[in-house]
Amino acid sequence: MKPFRYVRATSAAEASRLSVEHPGARFLAGGTNLLDLMKLEIERPSVVIDLREIPMATIEETADGSLRIGALATASAVAAHQAVRARFPVIARALLAGASGQLRNKATSGGNLMQRTRCAYFYDPAKPCNKREPGAGCAALEGLNRNAAIFGQSSACIATHASDFAVALSALDATVETVSSDGEGRAIAVDKLHRLPEETPHIETHLQPGELIVAVIVPRPAPGGQVYRKVRDRTSYAAGLASVAVVGDRIALGAVALKPWRARKAQAALEEGRSPTEAAQLELADARGCGGNDFKIGLARRLMVAAIEEARG
Amino acid sequence: MASVTDYAIPNPVTRNRAGLIGKAVNRYEGPLKVCGTAPFAFEIETPAPAVYGWIVGAEIGCGRVLSVDAAPALAADGVLLVWSPFNAPLQAARGAKVNPHGQASARPVFDDDRVRFFGQPVAFVAADTLENARAAAGLLAIHYQEEPGDFAFDASKGQTPPGDEDSTIGDFEGAFAGAPVKLDETYQTPIQNHCQMEPCATTAWWEGDELTVHTSNQSIKGPQHLLAETLQIHREKVHLLSRYIGGGFGGKGSAYEDLTLAALAARDLRRPVKVAFTRQQMFHASIHRPATVQRVRLGATRDGRLTALALEATTHCARDEAFTEHAAGFARSLYAAPNRLTGHKLVRLDLPIAGPMRGPGEAAGMLSLECAMDELAERLDLDPVELRLRNEPDEHPESGAPFSARQLVECINDAAPRFGWSRRNPKPGQVRDGRWRVGMGMAAAIRGNFLLPAKASMRVDADGTVTIRQGMTDIGTGTYTILAQITAETMGVPMDKVVVEIGDSGFAPAPGSGGQFGAASAGSAVLATGMVLRQTLARMAAADPASPLNGGPVEAIDFRDGLITVENRSETLAALVSRLAPAGVEVEGASTPAADARAYAQHAYGAHFAEVGVDLVTGEIRLRRMLGAFAAGRILNTKTARSQVTGGMIWGVGAALTEGNKIDARYGSLINQDLGGYLVPTHADIAGVDAYFLPEVDDKANPLGIKGVGELGICGAGAAVANAVYNACGVRVRDYPITPDKILAGLG
Repeated sequence: MKPFRYVRATSAAEASRLSVEHPGARFLAGGTNLLDLMKLEIERPSVVIDLREIPMATIEETADGSLRIGALATASAVAAHQAVRARFPVIARALLAGASGQLRNKATSGGNLMQRTRCAYFYDPAKPCNKREPGAGCAALEGLNRNAAIFGQSSACIATHASDFAVALSALDATVETVSSDGEGRAIAVDKLHRLPEETPHIETHLQPGELIVAVIVPRPAPGGQVYRKVRDRTSYAAGLASVAVVGDRIALGAVALKPWRARKAQAALEEGRSPTEAAQLELADARGCGGNDFKIGLARRLMVAAIEEARG
Repeated sequence: MASVTDYAIPNPVTRNRAGLIGKAVNRYEGPLKVCGTAPFAFEIETPAPAVYGWIVGAEIGCGRVLSVDAAPALAADGVLLVWSPFNAPLQAARGAKVNPHGQASARPVFDDDRVRFFGQPVAFVAADTLENARAAAGLLAIHYQEEPGDFAFDASKGQTPPGDEDSTIGDFEGAFAGAPVKLDETYQTPIQNHCQMEPCATTAWWEGDELTVHTSNQSIKGPQHLLAETLQIHREKVHLLSRYIGGGFGGKGSAYEDLTLAALAARDLRRPVKVAFTRQQMFHASIHRPATVQRVRLGATRDGRLTALALEATTHCARDEAFTEHAAGFARSLYAAPNRLTGHKLVRLDLPIAGPMRGPGEAAGMLSLECAMDELAERLDLDPVELRLRNEPDEHPESGAPFSARQLVECINDAAPRFGWSRRNPKPGQVRDGRWRVGMGMAAAIRGNFLLPAKASMRVDADGTVTIRQGMTDIGTGTYTILAQITAETMGVPMDKVVVEIGDSGFAPAPGSGGQFGAASAGSAVLATGMVLRQTLARMAAADPASPLNGGPVEAIDFRDGLITVENRSETLAALVSRLAPAGVEVEGASTPAADARAYAQHAYGAHFAEVGVDLVTGEIRLRRMLGAFAAGRILNTKTARSQVTGGMIWGVGAALTEGNKIDARYGSLINQDLGGYLVPTHADIAGVDAYFLPEVDDKANPLGIKGVGELGICGAGAAVANAVYNACGVRVRDYPITPDKILAGLG
């Protein structure tokens, strides 16, 4: 492991400023992803900025009916929160479908959105990976790519984003609240937070250098049932083969792209009164596999239909 | 040498007067492990501050190391040495063996520049801290000359291993061709990794020319002899200990580079050295269960009697390390059929080293034949239970030898009603529960039983404490506990008067843990040693005028309740020993297999019943419940034995549904290199697993009448799950593991 400097920030603005001052710095929250990657030298930060003394772990309902989840709120805390369970069950179900009990006790909401891909080639430093080393190539393209993306992939990267939380947030039209080094904040739709790989898969989000997620804002949910379903090889602690969040007519797919895949074509079809099957077929018409993951197209379609029907009761 | 018929003579264990044998005794070392105070090899306290080693694995699958630029690493903080093929310390030549009776030959590290497989250790860094060693390892510039390697397993290239010719009985081809009902199917099982909780690790230090080494190994003599041969020192100079082991499963039946590097570096640096593999490194650097391709052909009469049975298995191994996964071996013993063909073929590849993993042979092999039997039962319109009952042999179907004790039929018949097998709908896909289609499946279990030579020493101290010492290991199986039970029952003392010390090369040798021979081999030696100690103490008492037993007939002297007694006279062991031998009385004993051990066919048996749910929308499969009934001789400890077989069953669930690794044939490397990618079952995957043992004594197996249980539970377990999957949804997947994508493909 490359030696690094460790600093504690006491405010979001200070953390952001430290990050700008130290190119190659990384924020540390739960550490469930960053520390693993540092041991493998996939992450080699010059400075680790510990966020855990910043007071941003609160989960609160606001007067307008929205929910504000502090970036340091753990997955366990969010999933167990009374308001989340009562009004945003899709969030609780998504979080509980991710990782393991131990990890959920440490992993934070902000970190969840910022987690890096679980592509096996990304984790193996002996293999070329454009995320790890821009320009090196993508070993997954012609490799064992059962878990690869079916939407939005490029010749540079076919990885997927592993967050279940982000999929639920996308269907809820949630935003993230950020703070930059000048102390200014802004809101970014979760759906606009992550980038598709294109030719620069190492640039993973639209955040500016040093920009820190301080909270997730979930607006009053659209009417209708909420469902989260995740298909995986085993019952716990496994990456999804496909997942789906349904909030009324709003649908997002997970494990199919390098970002939560908001199924807007399906939503439009449903709003036109078409059947869930037609809606799913329309959405998946653009999907393409790369061999090992071809099954995901049919799986995502079937899963989407089942989840929409479940949400409709 | 004794005869197996002698095993029926009663002894203190089979008499079991204190009732300690068969009791659900808690784990002897349990409190230490639960409290985190059992010192595993890497955590052993060293006599001086330790140096930490870091192993670097090859990043190519086949070729040569051209150069290693170590300068930046050597200049890094805390770095003490860097070794590679270009400056490795002098060691014996690979394969050299000075002691012809030794259990291992020399296995030098970095003895040439060849890269034989991806992840093969090619360099080593030692530094003052683990972090510095790891950081410096990242600074090594290793240049390779890559060569094309054979990485893809093509079963059509299989060759018969020398001395491993097919076993043929009757005329298989003729009988198969003429059989009224036939099955010819091919099944595939993937590479599997042991994934022990504790990676391989060693702590070593020298005092003068004497080496102390704590390592994590399933045997004691093997790694001790390996070190002696490699370092070219007398084996008496190698004090090797393996006291607590965080899982072995066959993967720690070999010694790896951590052992030799720790010893060499400790000698070079004159300081204790700790070396461990990482979780990621373990996938390539330690052995794996190889993939298999198995063709099963069954021919039967219309009433379900097998007339022809063939299982032909092809597997792979490393280019220079021959190992055959004997996936067809069990099929020689399981079912009657007059015409038979079983055999193995091997493909040598430039892959990491293949080797034994829990239930070698059966674990992979039963995933084919026990599903083929299910498929044949359907073609015959016969219950899978009934098909097995109709093909139960009266004697070993190949050798004609009598069975020692075989309760396969009893296991099936006892467990079927308990499980509710009669509620199974033979037509697949008929039972619904919410979004799940529910199905049931069953399979037989069989695993060979073995007895190896072993010794032990036993001592009584002046306070009446009985200490058993043996160069045996406990890999989490319960060896400490069952040796304490055997010792207590043999010597007639309570359990709290027994001390068990194992895992030390200074102790009388035992074969270690593997092949489910550990309890029988080590336990028989402990019983034999106890009998020597009883005889010794009896003579002492009878000859001592101060003993109430003075003059008593030695052969009538008995041991119970902490007393040595004859007729109505007795004294405590403590009184006798403190008076006559205050320093304690210590004896050695030994047990050897009977000369006629092969006169009987010896196996442990069982029956698995499983119920699964399959989601037809997603292809997801979840275990709902599972029951195993086993017959494995006398059970020494119902608690640890049950843990062994349920653990095996869980491995079977993993083999059926989630576990497997794949080679990326472009690189010769495994795709899954951590426990997030290599999917063993989690707690959430295991629902309603239960197991029990049928009463049995196998008095042809060993003086204890026991048989091994460590591997029995996995044998056939995965096939029961696979058969349940078929019954649930009508999709037969013959390529393990059975994952949702394969179910969806089958549903069309």
